Amino acid sequence: MRLTCPVCGERDRREFYYQGAAVAMRRPAPDAGAEAWDNYVHLRENPAGETRDMWQHDGGCGAWLVVTRNTVTHEISDVELASDLAGERA
Amino acid sequence: MRIEGKGLIDRRRTVRFQFDEIGHTAFEGDTVASALLAAGRKLVARSFKYHRPRGVLTAGSEEPNALITTGRGAASEPNVRATVQEVFDGLETRSQNAWPSLKLDVMQLNDLVHPFLGAGFYYKTFMWPHGFWEKLYEPVIRRAAGLGGLSGAHNEDKYERAWAFCDLLIIGAGPAGLMAALVAGRAGADIILADEDSLPGGRLNAETLAVDGMAGSDWAAGVVAELHGMSNVRIMTRTTVTGAYDQGTYGALERVSSHLATPAEGAPRETFWRIVAKRSVLAAGALERPVAFPNNDRPGIMTASAVRAYLNRWGVAAGKKVAIFGNNDDAHRTARDLAEAGVEIAAVIDSRPDVALPSASWPVYKGSHVVDTAGRLALRSVTVKGPAGEKVIAADCLAMSGGWNPTVHMTCHMNGRPVWREDIAAFVPQEGAVPGMLTAGACNGDFSTAACLSAGADAAKRLLGDLGMSVPRLRAPDADDSAYSITPLWTVPGKDRAWLDFQNDVTVKDVKQAARENFRSVEHMKRYTTQGMAPDQGKNSNVAALAVLADATGRAIPETGTTTFRPPYVPVSIAAMGAGAQGAGFAPQRFTTSHTASVEMGAPMIEAGLWYRPGYFPRGGETTWRQSCDREVGFVREAVGVCDVSTLGKIDLQGPGAAEFLDFVYTNTFSTLKEGRVRYGLMLREDGHVMDDGTTARLGPEHFVMTTTTAAAGNVMRHLEFVHQVLRPDLDVRFTSVTEQWAQFAVAGPRSRELLNGVLKSPVDNDTWPFIACGTVTVCGVAGRLFRISFSGEHAYEVAVPSRYGESLFRELVSRAESLEGGAYGMEALNVLRIEKGHITHAEIHGRTTAFDIGFARMVSAKKDCIGKTMAAREGLTDPGRQQLVGLRPVAPGGQMTAGAHLFETAKEATRVNDQGYVTSVAFSPTLGHMIGLGFIARGPERMGETVRLVDAVRGVETDVEICAPVFVDPEGGRVRG
Repeated sequence: MRLTCPVCGERDRREFYYQGAAVAMRRPAPDAGAEAWDNYVHLRENPAGETRDMWQHDGGCGAWLVVTRNTVTHEISDVELASDLAGERA
Repeated sequence: MRIEGKGLIDRRRTVRFQFDEIGHTAFEGDTVASALLAAGRKLVARSFKYHRPRGVLTAGSEEPNALITTGRGAASEPNVRATVQEVFDGLETRSQNAWPSLKLDVMQLNDLVHPFLGAGFYYKTFMWPHGFWEKLYEPVIRRAAGLGGLSGAHNEDKYERAWAFCDLLIIGAGPAGLMAALVAGRAGADIILADEDSLPGGRLNAETLAVDGMAGSDWAAGVVAELHGMSNVRIMTRTTVTGAYDQGTYGALERVSSHLATPAEGAPRETFWRIVAKRSVLAAGALERPVAFPNNDRPGIMTASAVRAYLNRWGVAAGKKVAIFGNNDDAHRTARDLAEAGVEIAAVIDSRPDVALPSASWPVYKGSHVVDTAGRLALRSVTVKGPAGEKVIAADCLAMSGGWNPTVHMTCHMNGRPVWREDIAAFVPQEGAVPGMLTAGACNGDFSTAACLSAGADAAKRLLGDLGMSVPRLRAPDADDSAYSITPLWTVPGKDRAWLDFQNDVTVKDVKQAARENFRSVEHMKRYTTQGMAPDQGKNSNVAALAVLADATGRAIPETGTTTFRPPYVPVSIAAMGAGAQGAGFAPQRFTTSHTASVEMGAPMIEAGLWYRPGYFPRGGETTWRQSCDREVGFVREAVGVCDVSTLGKIDLQGPGAAEFLDFVYTNTFSTLKEGRVRYGLMLREDGHVMDDGTTARLGPEHFVMTTTTAAAGNVMRHLEFVHQVLRPDLDVRFTSVTEQWAQFAVAGPRSRELLNGVLKSPVDNDTWPFIACGTVTVCGVAGRLFRISFSGEHAYEVAVPSRYGESLFRELVSRAESLEGGAYGMEALNVLRIEKGHITHAEIHGRTTAFDIGFARMVSAKKDCIGKTMAAREGLTDPGRQQLVGLRPVAPGGQMTAGAHLFETAKEATRVNDQGYVTSVAFSPTLGHMIGLGFIARGPERMGETVRLVDAVRGVETDVEICAPVFVDPEGGRVRG
């Protein structure tokens, strides 16, 4: 598997650390309520198809990335810097 | 038998090798299989289950029968295919799966009782009595099963892993692959051309077909010579591409020196490559399939293509009198080639009744089948049944051809499913099954040389276009373009067994039985019969087996489907895949600057993550670790001890947003921390459980240094990056790990200041450096940092210098400590000291405990948000009934305690439902003279003074212990401020 880090370019997946769903980008407000927090911390989709998840290029520049990939075809359609999306709360 | 004037071997260079202790002479370019056939040797192996005598079946890596062991002792390698292993001077090979000898194998008794050993035998027979499985059945089966065996000795051979990158990977150097390489090479593309054979050319080296008016092998050699001259082309021979993976990554196994008598100095035996290619051409060719007729497994029965390969490539006639049986035109090509070489043709048997054939000078039986064979250790005759009746024909070799199976394997590695093509009675690749890969030639169902050549050229041109490269004008050369005509023939009925999977001894009867017992899915049939499970993974047999299954279940072949093709295409030794990872190579080793000094002092080094830390520093007269540890604890409590704490993670944070950032990642507040002071901090995960703890020092208004535990340093760094980049990019802060930049030593004990003042430029006292003070100092003339913090509960400091001064400072501190009646202390003493003080480590914050559980609920600031705060407030995580941190001490002074033990009320039985808690850390406290421990117990803080029972069922320990506060020594904390 190869990922294209927006900073470093195309690299083998061994340079990256996988975290989990990009849901992690959308941290609820402290008072958002139990359901919002439960969704944020625990509930995850398990799609057959497109999914977005967090990877860190820890063997490279250290950037956190949002990777859009397909769990069926393994196609990687997008790799974005999480810090770029953070403002938009992707 | 060698045929003069034939073959691509070097007859001027003879080599000698051994098979089963018998010496053989061969030529350079021979494989063990071709050399044994040249010597007239038919019997080379015994089959897996029935121990049937077996000979060479094929001429390639798909070989199911001729598996041998090469080499001796630790360097021996089992299950090497004799059809792949090249001979060299001094090569030693042995047959497998036979005792006492290949000719006289006692296990051939299995063959006599075969009616009892069919499909499902194991499943049905070894069910009862239940207890027999482990004691009797499994050991016996394990002894009887398997082909070659490992030596059991440590393998000293060198293996390597390597990476390669290219524009275009061409898999297979037959006509299609060579043509693709020629086109792309001339276009200037960066190419890797990989072929598992030692000689590129594929079937061009095994057939007598002409290309461009010359011998196919000569044309191939010419193309290879041109490619060798191109700096943009890498030709990797003896390299099998084993798998296709995501984003253009391929695995490949290169046999670097297993064919050499004297490998180059330092050369690995094999290299496992990971090749990253922008595009690839699969030109892997096709494999000829056998026909399942009764007794089709005798030595001397081979695929027709192998018979031609041994003749044309190696100049070897596989028999003196050869019969040929097929359902397609290749059978006749075999007869022509052999006859031209002067080999007697016993008969050509064609299963097709109405096929038009050119006249021949040998007997031809149309519409006929081989219905039986004879000859125990070598083929003697075949029985032919046709319109004219049954006839026994003498022959010592039978060349069979059931047609060709395109090598589609690689196209299925990413979930592609092959497509059935009725006209060639075979599966072909699904288009686009592997992104970036095109298939060309025989692996795509194009079986004529001309079609292969033009398909190779076309594939290269298309991919060059994809890559935006210019496409050279190049026409595929003229070559044979005869059509492939086949009428499917999978099985021939008869009373005796007909083999499908030669390697796993699976017969037509077994597959039919599986269908009868309702294992109708091809995947179930495979598992029930073991069809296709052996090292060859059914390369020779899967398609025929599923044709039999389709027939038995009344379905069509495409409807029946195939089993899943998975990498690797050929067996890959774990030694090659994991090259470099044996022994010390398994994980990186991290050494502190005091490592050498500690080892010199005789300290046993223990692993802490990737780090190595000293357990204790033994002294003369001490015979157990406890003696050393107790002494070292005494140093710290009574004098001064020195300990390397550099392995703790150190993260330097700077920027106007640093303080606010720390407030967000720690439960407590750091923005209020004064410059020149240190504060203990607790970090949660977002789910409210404790992630890590440590101290953070404020060195300047916008400058902090955080410490983490040794184990969690990497995780915390990643977590901080996540919080900053993803959740709080608004904060202007930068941080970096400086763990390796600073060597840091704890100097602890009542005489610690006395020691330090000997090395500091400006001496410190309790006013200038009170507890939790920090700042820069000059240590032995070097700019360093001093932190007055304590993990031992004693008056203590941590002194840090740039790593390059670490070793000399450590030696200096230890020597000064020794002159003050102290010395170095290791992990054992450090652990005892912290348990005596009730300080937690990851034994306590093990991922399932909260700030509430460890008694730090008040450390979660109410005034601000932080990671984990919301979830930590959940009802279940603040329930007073939760198991909470307590101290434990034995009621009787000599009572034993063990970490991992569970806690029960004394009146209750030690069962799961009565479980009240568990012990996380224990130590013998030399300060108190008895065992002490930390643990978690339900409603802990309310139960001080209560006696509970500690039970360690694993180690047989049962002790009454008293629940107490977790701080055993100096609970008032006076010593730390002294």
